[in-house]
Amino acid sequence: MAKKVAFLQGNEAAAQGALYAGCNFFAGYPITPSTEVAEVMSAELPKVGGKFIQMEDEIGAMAAIIGGALAGSKTLTSTSGPGLSLKQELIGYACIAEIPCVIYNVMRGGPSTGMPTGPSQSDVMCAKWGTHGDHPAICLVPASVQETYEEVIRAFNLSEKYRTPVMVMPDEIVAHMRERIVFPEPGEVAVIERTVPTVQPEQYKPYDTSFGDVPPLAAFGSGYKFHVTGLNKMQDGFPTTKAAIVQAEEERQVRKVDGNVDDIVKYEEYLLDDAEIVVVAFGSTSRSARFAVNEARKQGIKAGLFRLITFWPFPEKQLLALSKKVKAFITPEMNLGMATGVVKGVVEGNAPVHGIFRVDGEPINPGQILDKMKEVK
Amino acid sequence: MAGRYELRFSGAGGQGLILAGVIMAESASIYDGKQAVQSQSYGPEARGGASKSEVIISDGPIDYPKATVVDALLALTQEACDKYSSDLKEGGVLLVDSDLVKTLPKGNYKTVSFPIINTAKNEVGREIVANIVALGAMVALTGVVSKESAEKAVLARVPEAFIELNKKAFQMGYEKALSAQG
Amino acid sequence: MAFDYEKYIRPGKLPHIWCPGCGHGIVMKGLIRAIDTVGLKKENTAIVSGIGCASRLPGYMDCCTLHTAHGRAAAFATGVKMAKPEMDVILVGGDGDGTAIGGNHFIHACRRNIDMTYIILNNKIYGMTGGQFSPATPTGAKASTTPYGNPDAAFDIAKLAIGAGATFVARGTAFHANQIDKLIAEAIQHKGFSVVEILDDCPTTYGRRNKFKSVIEMMNHLKEIAVPVKAAEKMSPEQLQGKVLTGVLYKEERPEYTDEYAKVIERAKGAK
Repeated sequence: MAKKVAFLQGNEAAAQGALYAGCNFFAGYPITPSTEVAEVMSAELPKVGGKFIQMEDEIGAMAAIIGGALAGSKTLTSTSGPGLSLKQELIGYACIAEIPCVIYNVMRGGPSTGMPTGPSQSDVMCAKWGTHGDHPAICLVPASVQETYEEVIRAFNLSEKYRTPVMVMPDEIVAHMRERIVFPEPGEVAVIERTVPTVQPEQYKPYDTSFGDVPPLAAFGSGYKFHVTGLNKMQDGFPTTKAAIVQAEEERQVRKVDGNVDDIVKYEEYLLDDAEIVVVAFGSTSRSARFAVNEARKQGIKAGLFRLITFWPFPEKQLLALSKKVKAFITPEMNLGMATGVVKGVVEGNAPVHGIFRVDGEPINPGQILDKMKEVK
Repeated sequence: MAGRYELRFSGAGGQGLILAGVIMAESASIYDGKQAVQSQSYGPEARGGASKSEVIISDGPIDYPKATVVDALLALTQEACDKYSSDLKEGGVLLVDSDLVKTLPKGNYKTVSFPIINTAKNEVGREIVANIVALGAMVALTGVVSKESAEKAVLARVPEAFIELNKKAFQMGYEKALSAQG
Repeated sequence: MAFDYEKYIRPGKLPHIWCPGCGHGIVMKGLIRAIDTVGLKKENTAIVSGIGCASRLPGYMDCCTLHTAHGRAAAFATGVKMAKPEMDVILVGGDGDGTAIGGNHFIHACRRNIDMTYIILNNKIYGMTGGQFSPATPTGAKASTTPYGNPDAAFDIAKLAIGAGATFVARGTAFHANQIDKLIAEAIQHKGFSVVEILDDCPTTYGRRNKFKSVIEMMNHLKEIAVPVKAAEKMSPEQLQGKVLTGVLYKEERPEYTDEYAKVIERAKGAK
């Protein structure tokens, strides 16, 4: 049987991906340019017995998805820059309390209200450093409608597997453009379910590391009584200020992601075998980059593309290895150098890194990247 | 068609241009077996203001999703025509509403003009289908998708009660464009 | 036989952090008696709080307990209740947590009429941070951030709840300990969003700055200002000057949110 196809917007595909992953709870607040996700979820979730709630503000939406997740649901919220800023405290809460949930953030111009309908890629640092304190960060940056669908599924899987919030961050172009999408059959793409405890309720501890770095999480209302707090906590979930425990727990929380980089990091290499000039790009900018690489090849320039699909954790190992055999990196991005700075740090001076930055609400076009290639070759 | 073919539907917010672009792209990618990307840019206004919807059609993968050199431009308002015609390629198709666009951009274009909105209002019977009249015209003038696919795509998008109305709008746009082209 | 509070207290979690003379423990005992009266199952009861002295209460209770971020209890709890409407959800928090930083979530939970009970322990001050004025601090009162007297006006929290759409609103005091469990029990049994404001004392950060010589004096003050709603009906405006009404202040039946959402699910399934 032929697979189901549709012509969808990135945001619509994100909602469909969430449904495929088993999302059964959505809380949100209207914001351009991500509102379509909420609109689709409000129509589709109740059809499958799921819950949709429009909250009074962005903070409330983040709180509600943490509460919903703790009651056993797979939860999603969608937002954009200003909303992401508002959600940050509670993203930190989800990190320390280790509550799985997915935050879908469409990157628009900023800071502040910025350019609500203009694209940007300037929230990637906010994804890692937006909430205070040390914490794990996973941020996925799809570049097409199909990939947005797939990465939202992966976000739910990573979130459940590592018991931590995961962000999916398309730029406004990817979120709003429409492309053909081929839906997988049920069961075709793996869907990871939460590991729940098998011990007796009296024995249960919500942060019991005898089960490894990712302890099982019981749902409220499933027979287990336990305590959850945003304070630094012990294995039984109760607050502590004991130095050794706080240190060990914070390190474990970060290690869940940093210790599993190879499982989480995803990237695409395009024409890198003999490449001398490598473009490192993500989101819609990576599409301009691929166009430019193809043009450059026609003109005899040995160009290639390293496309980030996971932004956090950053593919440090891969880029460091690459830096030892290429002449130069070009890093086009719709911000003033966020990925460029990370790449510079990672490649340790092995090759120069040339940024192309745009924050005027217009995409970086292939011609700009091609010009830079000619300049640095 | 080997390379990219770029279309831009422009006018005022509320004229249904995004939908026209979406249907054009669906004709290509769902019914014609090609690849297509549709994107848009818009201001804060839900109605009014200059608005554009872009469609890239290709036989192969489409990397850059925005227009680079526009092959065909529809402009339903003077403002949109002024704002969005600068990257129309030499010899490209320019379709305008003859009642609303009086000043044409300088350049060597295959310009076609007829009263698109008036056709929808007075000949089809509903102004709201002006976007489908325009779509029919763009299909006729560009030949980038087949007429059959475009009709299928139109009918898949409209509620059952409005199928005849939209069929008529599409057909009338298609024919008027061909006769206006002369 | 004496009431067995320990049945509902987590083993090893006492003593609590509250100061000597603080009324929060009285309210917790009232809550425990109410839970027992209504017959809630501990493993099916979520107790949710924000940040502050009162917000430490859930940690002592042997239920599903969620100590959230400052002001956010109502929003977290809304998520829990939406995901599992069959759970009984009780919120506990202070006046600053609930009506300043959490004011938006509070009024919208009232409006939604989602079936939860919010117990607000109003001691008119931010106690945990050392006694800054809150939205419930009376005009003229002294706090660590109003050294010349509070220029700000106070919320009437019960009126705020009624205005925002809560369908059960009651008020008690920490002095009237035997009334607390009855008000909370009735609130829990009410279908919809119920608010129980308990006027409480903070001898440590409020009393000593505002010329209360002792805890007893603060408690006596609560006793003196409280007027049951029935008694108030027979009193003149002059007699009611400076008094506070206690008891069930407001009650109405209105469709409850999770019930209404269940209908949304039915409509959506029908539309498929």
